[in-house]
Amino acid sequence: MNKQEIIERLKPIVKPFVKDEEAFNGINEKTHFITDLNINSANLVDIVLDVEEAFDIEIDNESMEKMLDLENTIAIIQTKLAEK
Amino acid sequence: MTKQEIISKLPYSKPFLFVDEILSIDENRVEGTFIFDENLDFYKGHFKDNPVTPGVILTETMAQIGLVCLGIYLNEGKEIKNIGFTSSEVEFMKPIYPNEKVTVISEKVYYRFGKLKCKVKMLNEKNEEVCSGVLAGMIL
Repeated sequence: MNKQEIIERLKPIVKPFVKDEEAFNGINEKTHFITDLNINSANLVDIVLDVEEAFDIEIDNESMEKMLDLENTIAIIQTKLAEK
Repeated sequence: MTKQEIISKLPYSKPFLFVDEILSIDENRVEGTFIFDENLDFYKGHFKDNPVTPGVILTETMAQIGLVCLGIYLNEGKEIKNIGFTSSEVEFMKPIYPNEKVTVISEKVYYRFGKLKCKVKMLNEKNEEVCSGVLAGMIL
């Protein structure tokens, strides 16, 4: 799965947690969940759990800690998909 | 961990401790009780000359029993420094008056990455549902 495909699948997962529509519409590889989208760490857990389900992968604690922006999240998803 | 040890590890004290007794606990579920003493300070003002337990206090009671007690149990042997209440979605059905005893029953939805999310309900002494909802808290 390429980066753009992953971003498209991430958008509906992230959307319910973003209040600022303009920030959401501007989502790209460099978007940071906390600083750009104003998502708190508790909601980030829900996003990670939804990512696990959507991609049928398991995210460990170490990976979770890196999933703060789209770029790292995409890289982790790609790695986990490759391991399957 | 015994039920008494869990209560002793709670980070609250009077007048903000809302757990009297844990009736049962395992990794998925906790059940506990609390009696709202008529001398609790908030009854003086909620409401004027008409004491009723505030909804926020009922929510807090559900969180202390349903999230914090279960969280302590799930982290047996580990030190928890700071915790935070991260979300609550609660509906209220019945009022609780001074000296009523409530029972809180909480079922774990998940505990992942330090966040505990539970479905929680509170019953009065007649076993009627007082309030229920979904609460979540996190180790910070």
